[in-house]
Amino acid sequence: MSHETLQLIWFVLIAVLWIGYFVLEGFDFGVGLLLRIVGKNEAERRAIITTLGPLWDGNEVWLLVAGGATFAAFPEWYATLFSGFYLPLLLILVALIIRGVAFEYRSKHGNATWRGRWDWAIAIGSFLPALLWGVAFANIVRGVPLARSSAGHIEYVGGFFNLLNPYALLGGVVTLTLFLTHGAIFLSLKTDGVIRERAHALVGKIGLVAAVAAVAFLLWTQLAYSEKAWTWIPILLAAAAWLSGLAADRAGRDGWAFVFSSITMGLAVISLFGVLYPNVMPNIDRALVGLDIHNASSTEYTLKVMTIVAVIFTPIVLVYQTWTYWIFRKRMTAEQIPSPESGTLGLPESAKETAG
Amino acid sequence: MNALDLARWQFGITTVYHFLFVPITLGLGFLVAGLQTAWYRTNKDEYLRATKFFGKLFLINFAMGVVTGIVQEFQFGMNWSSYSRFVGDIFGAPLAIEGLLAFFLESTFLGMWIFGWDRLPKKIHLASIWLAAIGTMLSAYFILAANSFMQHPVGYVYNPETGRAELTSIVAVLTQKTATTTFFHTMSSGFLVSGALVAGVSAWLLMRGNSVEVVRPTLKLGLVTTLVASVLVFISGDMQSRVMVQQQPMKMAAAEAQFDTTTNASFSIFTIGSLDGSKPLVQIRIPNLLSIMATGSASGSVEGINDIQAQYEQKYGPGSYKPVIPVAYWTFRLMIGFGALAGVFALWALWATRKGRTPKSKWFTRAALVIPLFPLVGISMGWLFTELARQPWIVFGLMRTESGVSPAVSSTEVLISLVVLTLLYAVLAVVEVGLLAKAIKLGPPENVVVHDDATPGNERVLTFSY
Repeated sequence: MSHETLQLIWFVLIAVLWIGYFVLEGFDFGVGLLLRIVGKNEAERRAIITTLGPLWDGNEVWLLVAGGATFAAFPEWYATLFSGFYLPLLLILVALIIRGVAFEYRSKHGNATWRGRWDWAIAIGSFLPALLWGVAFANIVRGVPLARSSAGHIEYVGGFFNLLNPYALLGGVVTLTLFLTHGAIFLSLKTDGVIRERAHALVGKIGLVAAVAAVAFLLWTQLAYSEKAWTWIPILLAAAAWLSGLAADRAGRDGWAFVFSSITMGLAVISLFGVLYPNVMPNIDRALVGLDIHNASSTEYTLKVMTIVAVIFTPIVLVYQTWTYWIFRKRMTAEQIPSPESGTLGLPESAKETAG
Repeated sequence: MNALDLARWQFGITTVYHFLFVPITLGLGFLVAGLQTAWYRTNKDEYLRATKFFGKLFLINFAMGVVTGIVQEFQFGMNWSSYSRFVGDIFGAPLAIEGLLAFFLESTFLGMWIFGWDRLPKKIHLASIWLAAIGTMLSAYFILAANSFMQHPVGYVYNPETGRAELTSIVAVLTQKTATTTFFHTMSSGFLVSGALVAGVSAWLLMRGNSVEVVRPTLKLGLVTTLVASVLVFISGDMQSRVMVQQQPMKMAAAEAQFDTTTNASFSIFTIGSLDGSKPLVQIRIPNLLSIMATGSASGSVEGINDIQAQYEQKYGPGSYKPVIPVAYWTFRLMIGFGALAGVFALWALWATRKGRTPKSKWFTRAALVIPLFPLVGISMGWLFTELARQPWIVFGLMRTESGVSPAVSSTEVLISLVVLTLLYAVLAVVEVGLLAKAIKLGPPENVVVHDDATPGNERVLTFSY
């Protein structure tokens, strides 16, 4: 395979990793944000968090692999992007740290203050990345101020506030509302009883806000930043998938609603990467120097090695990750949580057995 | 402080902190898997209770390892973008492979293990903890292979056109001796600290008379693990020092503050006085030991700092190629000393608890509480040594640390991230230690029931929920 083909393959693979990440951790973020809105008491809240329990960490690995793959396949992109978007990435890191620890630690003590604080950690830890990933991607598509440094590298020169432009902020609102809806759909699918009813009731409302924001954003993207006619296709399909998802939800078909909202995430990422191609980080002024899949990539040999590894191991990962989703497919209810007010550290197992 | 110093402090703090949790994960995962296997084979209640108990400690620790690990992957690009550009072709590959092969494996199967009690058939549930443990081990391997490239670059060519190092052999990067010996050393020190943790916790509970039937066997498991691991740490450390002398002679010379090339070089246990090459005030030395460590022969010649400095000036141009000597000297000694203390404790405790005895000395209880910390400090010292004594290089012989920092990031930005991450890590440390202390005080759970008819989709009240 030629170097150009390999570069294209890795551009596509990185898009695939982001699709996986948005589909999977997207609902994690949504569920995290809805924790206190949908869960009115301890049993309900713990049931809600337990729907994510066996899944969230594996979902987050999609981000780590996307980051690692960008480093390996497009080191110049990784270096310019991560050092350029420094403060937003710091916020995302802090968010992911407090959120991950919160899942693991919140129910260890029964103390209401303790749990309340961790609930805040989950809410903030879900809110910031849900918003900021949209902001970051919109900025990448829009283009950012870049300049060649004295060492000959293409560096970000825009500063922090440059990233907070209207288009990017709209992008943030889009991911935030999409993930919120996606999370509500996930909860309707994975819970039963009052939790399911409340989540279900929210899907239509947030879903419409998301639809308006997303349509506006994707139209803006296509009209202002796309040089390709074909990117209309994923954009229109995304809109159709989203509406199908909302319709499926109304009809009480939770599984289909989840499939359609996942497809929407996928199509949205495809639209953005499609508009971006062959750039990976264009200059805001397209006449000036920017990063594309050729000048940002690693060597042919590295890409070849990475391709072999990816071809062998990605299917294996997909099989076992899908399998865990199958194992934990059953709906959670608040009734399944024994002694919800007690801390899991202190509770003897015997009490758990009899409490239900 | 400028952006470079701040970025170095941040990398040091976040990495040392991250690596407090990692070695415990590396060893304890396998020990928990071993305990569960013992339960699976014998059906003895003690082993099940021990699995649940140490599994709980493992998970409290694992969560911190996961979340602090994300920072590690991001900060190469955030703070060290010039480094990332320079080595991305090589360094990125093991990182990406680590994610695909190791992170998915450990996170997915650990999730299955945590929530799989009573939902999965026992055999599959047991397999999931083994797979998670294997995942953590694979992760260690790939990241250490990446780090070994920084210690001793292989399998690359320098491309003057792009100004980057380019990969020519992934096999060389993944199988070089630096990587394999470092992996051996890291795994054995992971078992050292985990063995000491299991032993310390068990000993403490034993002295309090808490679940004696559970903690007596785990005490033995912990002590034997500690003892065997300390021997392996010693052997692998010895192998590493040979490799180090060949590849990074300055590092070995700095470890000993050896300024002049000598044969029959002695090893100093400690020094009072300056380490700048002038005469020390008080010193205890073991004859020939340094020569043996470095070359395997008592009469072997060990190069001194001054000679290596002169060679490097010829090779790399003018400048200082010396790390901070006192730091190298003391971290090296503290690493060995703290690691060895855990082995000594294991010997003592095995003797004191032989044939079902319970020691009376309150020193035993006190030692049990602090002993797991010793190898942990030793490991931190080891990392500080290996990274600081490589200076001024970020990639040995290829790139100096000051050239690796991100030009696009201001010192204010680094200061913000340094302060935010340090404060956050400090708060989380308090939380984590509190939770571990509470879990340890409670001791192993009682009346644990695992149903035999567990299958997915056949859920009753959950035995574990978040």
